[in-house]
Amino acid sequence: MSESKDKKAINLTLKVWRQIGPDVKGSLETYHAGDISTDMSFLEMLDVVNEGLIIEGKEPIAFDHDCREGICGMCGAMVNGRAHGPEKGTTLCQLHMRHFSDNDTIVIEPWKSRAFKIIKDLAVDRSALDLIIQAGGYISANAGGAPDGNAIPFPQESAEKAMDAAACIGCGACVASCPNASAMLFVGAKVSHFALLPQGRPEAVKRVLAMVKKMDECGFGNCTNETECEAECPKEISITNIARLNREYLKAGFL
Amino acid sequence: MNWFFDIIRSSIGKKMMMAVTGLSFCIFLTGHLIGNLTIYKGKDAFNTYAEKLHSLGPLLTAAEIGLLLFAVVHVLSGTLLFIGNFYARPQRYVIKKSAGGRTVGSRTMPYTGFFVLLFVVFHLINFHFVDKTQQTIYLIVSNAFADPVYVFVYIAAMIIVAVHVSHGFWSAFQTVGANHPKYMPIVRGTAICFSLAIGVGFGFLPIYIFYMQ
Repeated sequence: MSESKDKKAINLTLKVWRQIGPDVKGSLETYHAGDISTDMSFLEMLDVVNEGLIIEGKEPIAFDHDCREGICGMCGAMVNGRAHGPEKGTTLCQLHMRHFSDNDTIVIEPWKSRAFKIIKDLAVDRSALDLIIQAGGYISANAGGAPDGNAIPFPQESAEKAMDAAACIGCGACVASCPNASAMLFVGAKVSHFALLPQGRPEAVKRVLAMVKKMDECGFGNCTNETECEAECPKEISITNIARLNREYLKAGFL
Repeated sequence: MNWFFDIIRSSIGKKMMMAVTGLSFCIFLTGHLIGNLTIYKGKDAFNTYAEKLHSLGPLLTAAEIGLLLFAVVHVLSGTLLFIGNFYARPQRYVIKKSAGGRTVGSRTMPYTGFFVLLFVVFHLINFHFVDKTQQTIYLIVSNAFADPVYVFVYIAAMIIVAVHVSHGFWSAFQTVGANHPKYMPIVRGTAICFSLAIGVGFGFLPIYIFYMQ
Protein backbone atom coordinates (compact mmCIF):
# COMPACT_ATOMS: atom_id res chain seq x y z
CA MET A 1 0.00 0.00 0.00
CA SER A 2 1.47 3.32 -0.96
CA GLU A 3 1.23 6.11 1.50
CA SER A 4 -1.03 8.94 0.35
CA LYS A 5 0.86 12.15 -0.36
CA ASP A 6 -1.57 14.40 1.50
CA LYS A 7 -1.45 12.33 4.67
CA LYS A 8 -0.97 14.83 7.44
CA ALA A 9 0.12 14.52 11.00
CA ILE A 10 0.04 17.24 13.63
CA ASN A 11 1.64 17.83 17.00
CA LEU A 12 -0.48 19.09 19.84
CA THR A 13 -0.18 20.25 23.41
CA LEU A 14 -3.06 19.00 25.52
CA LYS A 15 -4.16 20.47 28.82
CA VAL A 16 -6.41 17.81 30.28
CA TRP A 17 -8.52 17.97 33.45
CA ARG A 18 -7.25 15.24 35.78
CA GLN A 19 -9.23 14.35 38.85
CA ILE A 20 -8.77 11.00 40.61
CA GLY A 21 -12.23 10.86 42.18
CA PRO A 22 -15.55 12.64 42.69
CA ASP A 23 -14.66 14.54 45.85
CA VAL A 24 -11.03 15.26 45.09
CA LYS A 25 -9.74 18.52 43.71
CA GLY A 26 -8.82 18.31 40.04
CA SER A 27 -6.46 20.35 37.89
CA LEU A 28 -5.21 20.72 34.33
CA GLU A 29 -2.21 18.58 33.39
CA THR A 30 -0.16 19.16 30.25
CA TYR A 31 0.55 16.35 27.78
CA HIS A 32 2.19 16.19 24.40
CA ALA A 33 0.29 14.47 21.58
CA GLY A 34 2.81 13.95 18.80
CA ASP A 35 2.33 12.72 15.25
CA ILE A 36 -1.48 12.71 15.37
CA SER A 37 -3.05 11.81 12.03
CA THR A 38 -5.62 14.41 10.96
CA ASP A 39 -7.88 11.52 9.94
CA MET A 40 -8.23 10.49 13.57
CA SER A 41 -11.26 11.32 15.64
CA PHE A 42 -10.78 13.25 18.87
CA LEU A 43 -11.30 10.07 20.91
CA GLU A 44 -8.75 8.18 18.80
CA MET A 45 -6.29 10.97 19.53
CA LEU A 46 -6.98 10.47 23.25
CA ASP A 47 -6.47 6.70 22.75
CA VAL A 48 -3.00 7.40 21.32
CA VAL A 49 -2.15 9.68 24.23
CA ASN A 50 -3.39 7.03 26.68
CA GLU A 51 -1.25 4.31 25.06
CA GLY A 52 1.77 6.55 25.61
CA LEU A 53 0.77 7.14 29.23
CA ILE A 54 0.31 3.40 29.85
CA ILE A 55 3.77 2.64 28.39
CA GLU A 56 5.24 5.29 30.69
CA GLY A 57 3.49 3.58 33.60
CA LYS A 58 1.16 6.50 34.20
CA GLU A 59 -2.58 6.48 34.75
CA PRO A 60 -4.43 6.89 31.42
CA ILE A 61 -7.01 9.67 30.99
CA ALA A 62 -10.50 8.37 31.81
CA PHE A 63 -13.17 9.43 29.32
CA ASP A 64 -16.64 8.19 28.40
CA HIS A 65 -17.28 6.64 25.01
CA ASP A 66 -19.29 3.85 23.48
CA CYS A 67 -20.54 3.72 19.87
CA ARG A 68 -18.08 6.26 18.44
CA GLU A 69 -20.64 6.87 15.67
CA GLY A 70 -22.26 9.96 17.14
CA ILE A 71 -25.49 8.24 18.13
CA CYS A 72 -25.15 6.88 21.67
CA GLY A 73 -24.60 10.11 23.62
CA MET A 74 -21.92 8.61 25.82
CA CYS A 75 -18.93 10.77 24.87
CA GLY A 76 -18.51 14.45 25.50
CA ALA A 77 -16.05 16.95 26.92
CA MET A 78 -15.40 20.66 26.79
CA VAL A 79 -12.80 21.28 24.10
CA ASN A 80 -11.30 24.77 24.35
CA GLY A 81 -14.41 25.87 26.24
CA ARG A 82 -16.93 24.42 23.75
CA ALA A 83 -19.09 21.35 24.40
CA HIS A 84 -18.08 18.57 21.96
CA GLY A 85 -15.56 20.97 20.41
CA PRO A 86 -15.93 23.81 17.95
CA GLU A 87 -17.81 22.02 15.13
CA LYS A 88 -21.58 22.42 14.82
CA GLY A 89 -23.91 19.44 15.28
CA THR A 90 -21.10 17.06 16.20
CA THR A 91 -20.41 14.72 19.10
CA LEU A 92 -16.86 14.47 20.42
CA CYS A 93 -16.32 11.10 18.69
CA GLN A 94 -17.25 12.67 15.36
CA LEU A 95 -14.92 15.63 15.82
CA HIS A 96 -11.89 14.95 13.63
CA MET A 97 -8.37 16.15 14.15
CA ARG A 98 -8.38 17.81 10.71
CA HIS A 99 -10.17 20.69 12.40
CA PHE A 100 -7.04 21.42 14.42
CA SER A 101 -3.70 22.86 13.30
CA ASP A 102 -0.14 21.85 14.02
CA ASN A 103 1.15 23.07 17.41
CA ASP A 104 -2.34 23.89 18.71
CA THR A 105 -2.95 23.84 22.43
CA ILE A 106 -6.19 22.09 23.32
CA VAL A 107 -7.82 22.44 26.75
CA ILE A 108 -10.04 19.46 27.59
CA GLU A 109 -12.40 19.62 30.58
CA PRO A 110 -15.29 17.42 31.71
CA TRP A 111 -18.93 18.61 31.81
CA LYS A 112 -19.21 20.67 34.99
CA SER A 113 -22.45 21.17 36.90
CA ARG A 114 -23.79 20.46 40.37
CA ALA A 115 -26.12 17.80 38.96
CA PHE A 116 -23.28 15.98 37.13
CA LYS A 117 -20.61 14.61 39.42
CA ILE A 118 -17.15 13.99 37.98
CA ILE A 119 -16.36 10.29 38.38
CA LYS A 120 -12.77 10.54 37.17
CA ASP A 121 -10.93 12.90 34.80
CA LEU A 122 -13.35 13.46 31.89
CA ALA A 123 -15.88 10.78 32.89
CA VAL A 124 -19.02 12.34 34.35
CA ASP A 125 -22.01 10.81 36.15
CA ARG A 126 -25.06 11.94 34.16
CA SER A 127 -27.58 9.74 35.97
CA ALA A 128 -29.52 12.90 36.93
CA LEU A 129 -30.81 12.82 33.33
CA ASP A 130 -31.91 9.19 33.88
CA LEU A 131 -33.75 10.24 37.06
CA ILE A 132 -35.69 12.81 35.01
CA ILE A 133 -36.62 10.12 32.47
CA GLN A 134 -37.66 7.79 35.31
CA ALA A 135 -39.93 10.54 36.65
CA GLY A 136 -42.06 10.56 33.51
CA GLY A 137 -40.17 10.20 30.26
CA TYR A 138 -42.09 7.15 29.14
CA ILE A 139 -45.53 5.95 28.06
CA SER A 140 -47.14 3.34 30.31
CA ALA A 141 -48.99 1.66 27.46
CA ASN A 142 -50.62 -1.66 28.21
CA ALA A 143 -49.14 -4.10 25.76
CA GLY A 144 -51.88 -5.78 23.79
CA GLY A 145 -52.05 -6.93 20.21
CA ALA A 146 -50.07 -4.83 17.73
CA PRO A 147 -52.32 -1.98 16.51
CA ASP A 148 -53.03 -1.56 12.81
CA GLY A 149 -50.75 0.82 10.98
CA ASN A 150 -52.39 4.24 10.44
CA ALA A 151 -55.19 3.32 12.87
CA ILE A 152 -54.62 6.71 14.52
CA PRO A 153 -54.69 9.48 11.90
CA PHE A 154 -51.72 11.73 12.58
CA PRO A 155 -50.17 14.52 10.51
CA GLN A 156 -46.72 13.92 9.09
CA GLU A 157 -45.57 17.40 10.18
CA SER A 158 -46.20 16.62 13.86
CA ALA A 159 -44.50 13.25 13.48
CA GLU A 160 -41.43 15.06 12.10
CA LYS A 161 -41.40 17.50 15.01
CA ALA A 162 -41.67 14.62 17.49
CA MET A 163 -38.83 12.88 15.66
CA ASP A 164 -36.67 16.04 15.81
CA ALA A 165 -37.18 16.12 19.58
CA ALA A 166 -36.57 12.38 19.87
CA ALA A 167 -33.16 12.89 18.24
CA CYS A 168 -31.86 13.87 21.70
CA ILE A 169 -29.17 11.40 22.73
CA GLY A 170 -28.98 12.67 26.32
CA CYS A 171 -25.28 13.49 26.13
CA GLY A 172 -25.58 16.44 28.51
CA ALA A 173 -23.94 19.03 26.23
CA CYS A 174 -26.91 21.37 26.81
CA VAL A 175 -26.27 21.33 30.56
CA ALA A 176 -22.51 21.63 30.06
CA SER A 177 -22.73 24.58 27.68
CA CYS A 178 -25.51 26.41 29.53
CA PRO A 179 -24.11 29.33 31.54
CA ASN A 180 -26.65 28.32 34.23
CA ALA A 181 -26.14 24.54 33.94
CA SER A 182 -29.82 24.16 33.10
CA ALA A 183 -31.27 20.94 31.66
CA MET A 184 -34.23 22.64 29.98
CA LEU A 185 -33.28 21.61 26.44
CA PHE A 186 -33.03 17.96 27.49
CA VAL A 187 -36.35 18.05 29.37
CA GLY A 188 -37.90 20.15 26.58
CA ALA A 189 -36.89 17.56 23.99
CA LYS A 190 -38.15 14.63 26.06
CA VAL A 191 -41.47 16.31 26.94
CA SER A 192 -41.98 17.49 23.33
CA HIS A 193 -41.21 14.05 21.94
CA PHE A 194 -44.22 12.62 23.80
CA ALA A 195 -46.45 15.71 23.87
CA LEU A 196 -46.50 15.82 20.07
CA LEU A 197 -47.62 12.20 19.67
CA PRO A 198 -51.20 11.01 20.27
CA GLN A 199 -49.88 8.12 22.37
CA GLY A 200 -48.18 10.61 24.69
CA ARG A 201 -51.18 12.88 25.30
CA PRO A 202 -53.04 10.84 27.97
CA GLU A 203 -50.16 11.20 30.44
CA ALA A 204 -48.97 14.64 29.27
CA VAL A 205 -50.06 16.52 32.41
CA LYS A 206 -48.59 14.05 34.89
CA ARG A 207 -45.41 13.72 32.83
CA VAL A 208 -44.48 17.38 32.51
CA LEU A 209 -45.15 18.14 36.20
CA ALA A 210 -43.11 15.13 37.36
CA MET A 211 -40.19 15.72 35.00
CA VAL A 212 -39.85 19.43 35.83
CA LYS A 213 -40.10 18.64 39.57
CA LYS A 214 -37.33 16.07 39.26
CA MET A 215 -35.22 18.44 37.15
CA ASP A 216 -35.43 21.07 39.92
CA GLU A 217 -34.66 18.48 42.62
CA CYS A 218 -31.54 17.31 40.79
CA GLY A 219 -29.94 20.74 41.18
CA PHE A 220 -29.90 21.92 37.59
CA GLY A 221 -29.93 25.68 37.01
CA ASN A 222 -32.73 27.78 35.56
CA CYS A 223 -33.04 28.59 31.88
CA THR A 224 -32.45 32.25 31.08
CA ASN A 225 -32.80 31.83 27.31
CA GLU A 226 -29.10 32.20 26.58
CA THR A 227 -29.63 29.73 23.68
CA GLU A 228 -26.13 28.30 24.09
CA CYS A 229 -27.68 24.80 24.37
CA GLU A 230 -29.29 25.03 20.94
CA ALA A 231 -25.98 26.16 19.43
CA GLU A 232 -23.99 23.32 21.04
CA CYS A 233 -26.48 20.42 20.79
CA PRO A 234 -24.90 17.69 18.64
CA LYS A 235 -28.39 16.86 17.35
CA GLU A 236 -29.21 20.55 16.80
CA ILE A 237 -32.38 20.40 18.87
CA SER A 238 -34.20 23.73 18.79
CA ILE A 239 -35.25 25.85 21.78
CA THR A 240 -38.79 25.75 20.35
CA ASN A 241 -38.88 22.53 22.39
CA ILE A 242 -38.19 24.56 25.55
CA ALA A 243 -41.08 26.88 24.63
CA ARG A 244 -43.28 23.81 24.15
CA LEU A 245 -42.17 22.52 27.57
CA ASN A 246 -43.13 25.91 29.06
CA ARG A 247 -46.55 25.73 27.35
CA GLU A 248 -47.11 22.15 28.49
CA TYR A 249 -46.11 23.11 32.04
CA LEU A 250 -48.44 26.13 32.06
CA LYS A 251 -51.29 24.02 30.72
CA ALA A 252 -50.65 21.22 33.18
CA GLY A 253 -50.27 23.60 36.11
CA PHE A 254 -53.14 25.98 35.59
CA LEU A 255 -55.77 24.10 33.58
CA MET B 1 -53.77 26.58 46.90
CA ASN B 2 -50.84 24.20 47.37
CA TRP B 3 -50.82 23.40 43.68
CA PHE B 4 -50.47 27.10 42.89
CA PHE B 5 -47.43 27.60 45.11
CA ASP B 6 -45.87 24.39 43.78
CA ILE B 7 -46.14 25.80 40.27
CA ILE B 8 -44.78 29.27 40.99
CA ARG B 9 -42.00 27.91 43.20
CA SER B 10 -40.70 25.70 40.37
CA SER B 11 -37.95 26.91 38.04
CA ILE B 12 -40.44 27.44 35.20
CA GLY B 13 -42.90 29.15 37.56
CA LYS B 14 -40.29 31.67 38.68
CA LYS B 15 -39.36 32.33 35.06
CA MET B 16 -43.04 32.84 34.20
CA MET B 17 -43.28 35.48 36.90
CA MET B 18 -40.17 37.18 35.51
CA ALA B 19 -41.73 37.12 32.03
CA VAL B 20 -45.18 38.40 32.99
CA THR B 21 -43.89 41.19 35.24
CA GLY B 22 -41.12 42.05 32.76
CA LEU B 23 -43.54 42.36 29.85
CA SER B 24 -45.77 44.55 32.03
CA PHE B 25 -42.77 46.83 32.62
CA CYS B 26 -42.29 47.02 28.84
CA ILE B 27 -45.88 48.23 28.51
CA PHE B 28 -45.27 50.70 31.36
CA LEU B 29 -42.08 51.97 29.68
CA THR B 30 -44.02 52.56 26.46
CA GLY B 31 -46.65 54.62 28.29
CA HIS B 32 -44.01 56.48 30.28
CA LEU B 33 -42.07 57.34 27.11
CA ILE B 34 -45.16 58.55 25.21
CA GLY B 35 -46.02 60.79 28.17
CA ASN B 36 -42.49 62.13 28.48
CA LEU B 37 -42.31 62.99 24.79
CA THR B 38 -44.71 65.87 25.53
CA ILE B 39 -41.55 67.67 26.77
CA TYR B 40 -40.73 68.33 23.11
CA LYS B 41 -44.04 70.21 22.79
CA GLY B 42 -42.93 72.58 25.51
CA LYS B 43 -43.27 73.38 29.17
CA ASP B 44 -47.06 73.73 29.22
CA ALA B 45 -47.77 70.54 27.34
CA PHE B 46 -45.59 68.58 29.80
CA ASN B 47 -47.18 70.19 32.86
CA THR B 48 -50.69 69.59 31.47
CA TYR B 49 -49.81 65.92 30.85
CA ALA B 50 -48.57 65.59 34.46
CA GLU B 51 -51.70 67.27 35.80
CA LYS B 52 -53.97 65.01 33.75
CA LEU B 53 -52.07 61.97 34.99
CA HIS B 54 -52.42 63.07 38.61
CA SER B 55 -56.12 63.85 38.16
CA LEU B 56 -56.65 60.11 37.71
CA GLY B 57 -56.40 59.91 41.51
CA PRO B 58 -57.14 56.45 42.90
CA LEU B 59 -56.60 54.89 39.47
CA LEU B 60 -53.04 56.20 39.45
CA THR B 61 -52.45 54.99 43.01
CA ALA B 62 -53.72 51.53 42.04
CA ALA B 63 -51.35 51.48 39.06
CA GLU B 64 -48.47 52.57 41.29
CA ILE B 65 -49.21 49.85 43.84
CA GLY B 66 -49.47 47.34 40.98
CA LEU B 67 -46.10 48.42 39.60
CA LEU B 68 -44.50 48.23 43.04
CA LEU B 69 -45.91 44.74 43.59
CA PHE B 70 -44.67 43.62 40.17
CA ALA B 71 -41.26 45.13 40.90
CA VAL B 72 -41.03 43.18 44.17
CA VAL B 73 -41.96 39.94 42.37
CA HIS B 74 -39.53 40.65 39.50
CA VAL B 75 -36.62 41.48 41.80
CA LEU B 76 -37.28 38.63 44.24
CA SER B 77 -37.70 35.88 41.64
CA GLY B 78 -34.79 37.28 39.64
CA THR B 79 -32.59 37.15 42.73
CA LEU B 80 -33.69 33.58 43.55
CA LEU B 81 -33.01 32.47 39.95
CA PHE B 82 -29.60 34.19 40.00
CA ILE B 83 -28.59 32.49 43.25
CA GLY B 84 -29.91 29.12 41.97
CA ASN B 85 -27.93 29.47 38.76
CA PHE B 86 -24.80 30.43 40.67
CA TYR B 87 -24.99 27.25 42.75
CA ALA B 88 -25.87 25.05 39.77
CA ARG B 89 -22.21 25.13 38.69
CA PRO B 90 -20.07 25.25 41.85
CA GLN B 91 -16.90 24.50 39.93
CA ARG B 92 -16.36 26.84 36.98
CA TYR B 93 -14.67 25.93 33.70
CA VAL B 94 -11.05 27.00 33.23
CA ILE B 95 -12.00 28.00 29.69
CA LYS B 96 -15.57 28.64 28.54
CA LYS B 97 -16.45 30.07 25.17
CA SER B 98 -19.80 31.06 23.72
CA ALA B 99 -21.14 29.09 20.76
CA GLY B 100 -22.82 32.28 19.55
CA GLY B 101 -26.07 32.00 21.48
CA ARG B 102 -25.38 34.61 24.16
CA THR B 103 -25.83 38.31 23.56
CA VAL B 104 -24.63 41.36 25.48
CA GLY B 105 -28.14 41.54 26.94
CA SER B 106 -28.43 37.90 28.02
CA ARG B 107 -24.91 37.83 29.47
CA THR B 108 -25.44 40.86 31.69
CA MET B 109 -29.11 40.35 32.68
CA PRO B 110 -28.67 40.04 36.49
CA TYR B 111 -26.15 42.90 36.63
CA THR B 112 -28.08 45.31 34.41
CA GLY B 113 -31.15 44.35 36.44
CA PHE B 114 -29.41 45.32 39.66
CA PHE B 115 -28.36 48.69 38.21
CA VAL B 116 -31.89 49.31 36.93
CA LEU B 117 -33.19 48.72 40.46
CA LEU B 118 -30.71 51.24 41.88
CA PHE B 119 -31.64 53.69 39.14
CA VAL B 120 -35.39 53.32 39.76
CA VAL B 121 -34.87 54.16 43.45
CA PHE B 122 -32.70 57.16 42.48
CA HIS B 123 -35.23 58.25 39.85
CA LEU B 124 -38.18 58.04 42.26
CA ILE B 125 -36.30 60.10 44.88
CA ASN B 126 -35.52 62.70 42.18
CA PHE B 127 -38.90 63.12 40.58
CA HIS B 128 -41.55 61.26 42.53
CA PHE B 129 -40.95 61.87 46.21
CA VAL B 130 -40.39 65.61 45.87
CA ASP B 131 -42.48 68.55 46.94
CA LYS B 132 -44.68 69.32 43.94
CA THR B 133 -46.84 71.95 45.63
CA GLN B 134 -44.30 74.77 45.25
CA GLN B 135 -42.96 73.98 41.77
CA THR B 136 -44.21 72.47 38.53
CA ILE B 137 -42.90 69.12 37.34
CA TYR B 138 -41.25 70.85 34.37
CA LEU B 139 -39.29 73.06 36.75
CA ILE B 140 -38.16 70.05 38.80
CA VAL B 141 -37.05 68.21 35.65
CA SER B 142 -35.29 71.20 34.08
CA ASN B 143 -33.50 72.02 37.35
CA ALA B 144 -32.28 68.45 37.63
CA PHE B 145 -31.00 68.28 34.07
CA ALA B 146 -29.22 71.61 34.31
CA ASP B 147 -26.59 69.55 36.10
CA PRO B 148 -24.42 67.62 33.60
CA VAL B 149 -23.84 64.89 36.20
CA TYR B 150 -27.56 64.13 36.20
CA VAL B 151 -27.62 64.13 32.40
CA PHE B 152 -24.74 61.66 32.34
CA VAL B 153 -26.28 59.38 35.01
CA TYR B 154 -29.62 59.30 33.20
CA ILE B 155 -28.10 58.56 29.79
CA ALA B 156 -25.96 55.78 31.27
CA ALA B 157 -29.03 54.37 33.03
CA MET B 158 -31.04 54.41 29.78
CA ILE B 159 -28.30 52.47 27.98
CA ILE B 160 -28.39 49.89 30.78
CA VAL B 161 -32.20 49.69 30.61
CA ALA B 162 -32.04 49.23 26.81
CA VAL B 163 -29.49 46.38 27.16
CA HIS B 164 -31.70 44.73 29.81
CA VAL B 165 -34.82 45.05 27.66
CA SER B 166 -33.07 43.78 24.50
CA HIS B 167 -32.90 40.31 26.08
CA GLY B 168 -35.87 40.56 28.42
CA PHE B 169 -38.44 41.38 25.76
CA TRP B 170 -37.95 38.36 23.48
CA SER B 171 -37.02 36.13 26.41
CA ALA B 172 -40.44 36.76 27.98
CA PHE B 173 -42.15 35.48 24.83
CA GLN B 174 -40.02 32.33 24.85
CA THR B 175 -40.74 31.75 28.55
CA VAL B 176 -44.52 31.98 28.21
CA GLY B 177 -44.21 29.51 25.33
CA ALA B 178 -44.91 31.96 22.51
CA ASN B 179 -42.20 30.63 20.22
CA HIS B 180 -42.93 29.78 16.62
CA PRO B 181 -40.25 29.40 13.94
CA LYS B 182 -42.26 31.76 11.71
CA TYR B 183 -42.69 34.54 14.26
CA MET B 184 -39.62 34.27 16.49
CA PRO B 185 -37.35 36.29 14.16
CA ILE B 186 -40.00 39.06 14.25
CA VAL B 187 -40.15 38.93 18.06
CA ARG B 188 -36.35 39.06 18.31
CA GLY B 189 -36.21 41.94 15.82
CA THR B 190 -38.93 43.77 17.74
CA ALA B 191 -36.91 43.32 20.94
CA ILE B 192 -33.94 45.11 19.36
CA CYS B 193 -36.14 47.90 17.93
CA PHE B 194 -38.04 48.29 21.20
CA SER B 195 -34.85 48.50 23.30
CA LEU B 196 -33.41 51.05 20.86
CA ALA B 197 -36.62 53.09 21.02
CA ILE B 198 -36.52 53.04 24.83
CA GLY B 199 -32.82 53.88 24.99
CA VAL B 200 -32.91 56.63 22.38
CA GLY B 201 -36.37 57.92 23.34
CA PHE B 202 -35.61 58.37 27.04
CA GLY B 203 -31.89 59.04 26.55
CA PHE B 204 -32.34 62.14 24.40
CA LEU B 205 -34.72 63.84 26.82
CA PRO B 206 -32.02 64.88 29.35
CA ILE B 207 -29.79 66.12 26.49
CA TYR B 208 -32.66 68.14 25.02
CA ILE B 209 -33.52 69.70 28.38
CA PHE B 210 -29.84 70.42 29.13
CA TYR B 211 -29.37 72.31 25.86
CA MET B 212 -32.78 74.08 25.97
CA GLN B 213 -31.80 76.05 29.05
